[in-house]
Amino acid sequence: LTPAIDSGRPKAVADAAEVDGLVVLGASKGGFRALKHLLAALPGDFPWPLAIVQHRADQRESGLCELLDRAGALRVVEPEDKDPIRAGYAHLAPAGYHLLVEPGTFALSADPPIWFARPSIDVLFESAADVYGARVTGVILTGTGPDGAAGLAAIRARGGLALVEDPASAECRAMPEAALAATAVDRVLPLAALAVFLAGLPRRGGRS
Amino acid sequence: METIGGIPVAPPPTEGVVTAPLHAPGVGDPIEEIEIEALLEGVYRKYGYDFREYARSSLRRRIRQSVRAEGLASVSALQERVLRDAAWLERFLFGLSVTVSAMFRDPGFYGAFRERVVPLLRTYPFIRIWHAGCSTGEEVYSMAILLSEEGLYDRCRIYATDMNEAVLKRAREGIFPLAQMKTFTANYQQAGGQRAFSEYYTARYDSAIFRANLKNNLVFAQHNLVTDGPFNEFHVILCRNVMIYFNPALQARVHELLYTSLVRFGFLGLGSKESLKYMPHESCYAELDPLERLYRRVR
Repeated sequence: LTPAIDSGRPKAVADAAEVDGLVVLGASKGGFRALKHLLAALPGDFPWPLAIVQHRADQRESGLCELLDRAGALRVVEPEDKDPIRAGYAHLAPAGYHLLVEPGTFALSADPPIWFARPSIDVLFESAADVYGARVTGVILTGTGPDGAAGLAAIRARGGLALVEDPASAECRAMPEAALAATAVDRVLPLAALAVFLAGLPRRGGRS
Repeated sequence: METIGGIPVAPPPTEGVVTAPLHAPGVGDPIEEIEIEALLEGVYRKYGYDFREYARSSLRRRIRQSVRAEGLASVSALQERVLRDAAWLERFLFGLSVTVSAMFRDPGFYGAFRERVVPLLRTYPFIRIWHAGCSTGEEVYSMAILLSEEGLYDRCRIYATDMNEAVLKRAREGIFPLAQMKTFTANYQQAGGQRAFSEYYTARYDSAIFRANLKNNLVFAQHNLVTDGPFNEFHVILCRNVMIYFNPALQARVHELLYTSLVRFGFLGLGSKESLKYMPHESCYAELDPLERLYRRVR
């Protein structure tokens, strides 16, 4: 007895039309504190889906996701392959994978690390820019190293909004500085102002 | 000074420096997208390798990487060379095939395999295992080690396949960078390894050469999950972090291939962030260990 399987037709994933942009955040050293601060400031009905790369070791059980989940009103989850992009959620790149944006969904890859990092900020940001163009807001937070600079430049080149944590007050200034050296940006803000700015981000995005 | 929510904000210091041209939202670079589609169509029609239903974001990234690595200016330039010269195709395929894994990647998976699958395999006189999409082989040798320690390896044959002959060549060698042994050893111990991991390899210069007897029951062969059919019936199929590169329609087709290649009550192991939840085959499997993504075919 062979069960009838309608192969070649995956179950409906997400209605891609429902998602029309997102906010992507990249952080390295010092990022946990910064992300906690931002997540605490964002309301549960924040209209944009969030995707986060925090540089992390190649292991699964770090508790990072659970800790960030408790930080604010948005649910923080680690997406699985082809999970839908959803508002009301902050999607945290899982350890040991790159997180990429596809139309309406996330995808993962086990490609080599970029700048010694997997997940890599550039990979997330560049794929978000490719898919959602001007309706992407990219945020570079505290950290060491140049990851994220090329990604933020790609977002801005496609008409998206580029935000950088002020290096002067960031826990680690190197990553924000690398981003500022790579591209013109729309705002350079200390963490508290960045949180307020994001919380007030209008529904229809893009640089105005 | 401008204020945001009452907080004074200094104007961006880089304002007015460079502004790149705007594109219409949602379409990326439309010309590059046309070029990518032409390249994929050409590679399929000329050589039979079908990347047209790969998840586009990671594929796009890898194609750009190839363009850069070859010192070219555009995807079209890459296409011209790849279509006319098989040596370029080889390098292009290599760029699309390499993934970076580790021995005993996700130690919990191997722990669960020992606990949940091995006891059932003990009842089989002969065990055929298919490692589909084995890349450079780290996880194949991991399974060979695990099965040896469980006293089952002599009864096993592991078919390790990949679409790319060049990565298979590396996998066949069983030589990995010595610098990685620290990580691999830690993974091995977390996975329930029972010995000193160094017993399994000989260090020479910068390399760890894995013991030849681990290869006794390994068969490395070229097989393309996208275009090739079933070639045997297996008791265990491991396909970890391979289908993440495919779009959902192609994933569903490959799941059909795995399903038909698996004996009833056979075992399926996926990557830690993969599942059957969007697949038509979900109801054909029972979750043996949901967290570690071990499934058993039940119908």
